[in-house]
Amino acid sequence: MTGAAIRPSPRLPAPFFLAAPATLLFIGLILLPLALTAVLSFNVYDYSSGVQNRYTTANYLTVLQDPYYLAIFWRTLRLALLTTVITVLLGTPEAYILTRMGKPWRSIFLLVIIGPLLVSVVVRTFGWSMLLGHDGLVNHALAMLRLEPVQLLYTETAIVIALVHIMLPFMVIPVWTALQKLDPTVEAAALSLGASRFTALRRIVFPQATLGILSGSLIVFGLSASAFAIPGLLGGRRLKMAATVVYDEYLIELNWPLGAAIAIIVLLANLAIMLAYNRMVERQAKRRLG
Amino acid sequence: MGFLHLERVSKLYGEFAAVRDFDLEIEQGEFISLLGPSGCGKTTTLQMIAGLVAPTNGRITLDGRDITREKPARRGLGVVFQSYALFPHMTVAQNVAFGLEMRKIAKAERDRQVAEILSLVQLTTLADRYPREMSGGQRQRVAIARALVIKPPVLLLDEPLSNLDAKLREEMQFELRRIQRVVGITTIMVTHDQAEALSISDRVVVMEGGRITQVDHPYSLYEHPKNNFISSFVGKSNFLAARAVKETAGVSLLVDNTDLKIPATGNYPGGELCLSVRPEKIRLTDPAGGMLRGSVSSRYFLGNQWLLSVATPAGEISVSVANLGAPPPSEGKVTGLAWNIEECRILAAEQEGILQS
Repeated sequence: MTGAAIRPSPRLPAPFFLAAPATLLFIGLILLPLALTAVLSFNVYDYSSGVQNRYTTANYLTVLQDPYYLAIFWRTLRLALLTTVITVLLGTPEAYILTRMGKPWRSIFLLVIIGPLLVSVVVRTFGWSMLLGHDGLVNHALAMLRLEPVQLLYTETAIVIALVHIMLPFMVIPVWTALQKLDPTVEAAALSLGASRFTALRRIVFPQATLGILSGSLIVFGLSASAFAIPGLLGGRRLKMAATVVYDEYLIELNWPLGAAIAIIVLLANLAIMLAYNRMVERQAKRRLG
Repeated sequence: MGFLHLERVSKLYGEFAAVRDFDLEIEQGEFISLLGPSGCGKTTTLQMIAGLVAPTNGRITLDGRDITREKPARRGLGVVFQSYALFPHMTVAQNVAFGLEMRKIAKAERDRQVAEILSLVQLTTLADRYPREMSGGQRQRVAIARALVIKPPVLLLDEPLSNLDAKLREEMQFELRRIQRVVGITTIMVTHDQAEALSISDRVVVMEGGRITQVDHPYSLYEHPKNNFISSFVGKSNFLAARAVKETAGVSLLVDNTDLKIPATGNYPGGELCLSVRPEKIRLTDPAGGMLRGSVSSRYFLGNQWLLSVATPAGEISVSVANLGAPPPSEGKVTGLAWNIEECRILAAEQEGILQS
C-alpha cells in the first residue's frame, strides 16, 4: 500500500477503470431508461395507430391543464407531506427511546423496527386492507364498543396509515444514528441548569438531531410520493396517486407518451421539492452543527 | 458545620464500592480539589454532589439543607463538564442565557447578566459565535460562564483542563483561580493532575480506591504525604529501604546495603521501613563529601532544571538540580549526594510493593 502511495504518478486510467462497472450499470439501468422515457413523453399518440414518430408538447399541456390530473398531483403532495410529518412526530421520540434502552432491549427493539422491512409491501398492505375493511378488525372493535362502523378502506386515511407504518423505519434509523453521536453530558448539563426532562429534550436533544430528521424526511417524502402498492390496494379505483395513474396510462389506456409525461412531471416536482427543502434546512443546520 | 457537608457518603455498584464513607466539610468560598488516579471515585463523588448520581448511603447537606435526594435542577449547582457539554446548536450568548431562561428571568435582565458574565470570562466579542467556531480554551470559558451565570452556591468542575494543550492548561489554571476569587464561589474540582491541584486549590483531597487518604493544604500535602502512594502521586519521590537499629542514645535508621545511618526520634516498629526523599531536596556534592556515593546513569536537560539519575548502593536515585552555574556531572561521572535529614520522610514500608528500592 505504501509503495503505491509513494509512487509519483499513478497510472491515470486506473480510477476510471475501477469506476467503470458502476458507471455502466448506472447508465444502462437509470440514465438510459430515463432518457427514453423523456423522449417518449414528447411522442405523438394516436388512439387508432399507437405511438407515432412525430413530436409534440401536447401530452404535457393535457396533463397540466386537466383538473383530473392536477387533483391527483395535489393529493400525492398532500398525502406524502402528511405522512412525513406524522413519521417525524412518531419516529423522533421512538429513536430517542431506542438510544436510552439497555443492552439486550436495544437490539431486540431495533429488530422489531426493522423487521417489517423483511415482509413485502404488498403483503403488509393486504394486511391493512383486512384490518381496515368494512368487516375488518377495526370495525369489529368499534361494534363491540357500540359505536358506528366507519368507512376506512378506500379513503385517504387508510393510505396515510399504511404509508406511515411502512415509512417509519426510514425515519427512525437516520434519527437514531444522529442521536447516537450526541454527547450524553449535554443533556445532563441542561438538567443541571434547571431544565425539566421534557424541556431538555425539546430544546437541547431534538434540535441536535435536525440533520437526521432532515435525511429521514427526504427518504420518507420521496418514497411516499412515488408509492404504488399502497394507494393501488388501499385507495381503490377512485383514489389515485401519481404512481398509480402512470400505471393506468401505460397498462390500461395504453397511452404510453401521456404516462411518460406524467412520470417526468412527478420526477421533476419531487426533485424540486426535495432540493429546496434540503437547502433550506441544511443551510441552517450546517452552521450550527457542522 | 461546613457550608457543604458530605457525611459518610458511599456509592455501591453491586459489590463494587466506587466511593466509600466519604466524609468532608467544605467552607464557603473554598477551592477544593479531588485528586486521584482514574477509577478512584473522584468523578462519582462530584456527580453525587451535582445530583447526577444517587448515593447509596450517607447524607449531603448544603448550607444546612439536606440535598441528598434532591433533583439536579432543584439543587441549582453550577457544573462544568469535562467535554464542556455546550449546546452546539446555540450561540455563546444563548448557551449562557439558557440557565437564566429556565429561571424565567425577563429578557432585558437576562441580557444584562449574560453580558456581565461574558466580560468576566473575556468573551464579550464572541457572543454570537457557535461553539464549533471556537477554540478549546474559549469553549472552556463559555462552559464556566454558563455555570456561573445562574449564581450557584457551589461550582463543580469535572477535569476542566484535561482537554487543553499544555501551555493553555497552565494559563487557564490561573484564569480559573482568578474567576473563582472574583466571584468568591465555593468550588470543587476533580483532577488527576497533581500540579493543577497543588497550584490552585485551598485544600486537596487525595482519593485512592474510593476512599479519602489525605485532606490537606497543598504545601503540607507535598511536604508531609501520609503514605508512599501519595508521595509518589503528588510530586516525585525516591524511596530508600531501611531498618531501625537500637543505639545507646535512641534509634537510628540504617539504609539497606549502605553504612548510612540516620538518627531518628520516636518509636519505630521493627522490620522494614521506608525513607522518602524528594528529588529537588537532594544536593550534589563531591564524591567523598556526600551521604551516598554513586555514578550518574542518565542526565536530562529540562530547560529550567537538570534531571539526573544516580546509581547508588541504595538503588537508583533521581535528583533534580536547578539550572544554575555550571552543568552537573555528565553520565558515567561519580558524585556524592546529600540532603537535610529533616527533609526526608520515614514511613512504614507497605506491602503492595510500592517500595522502589
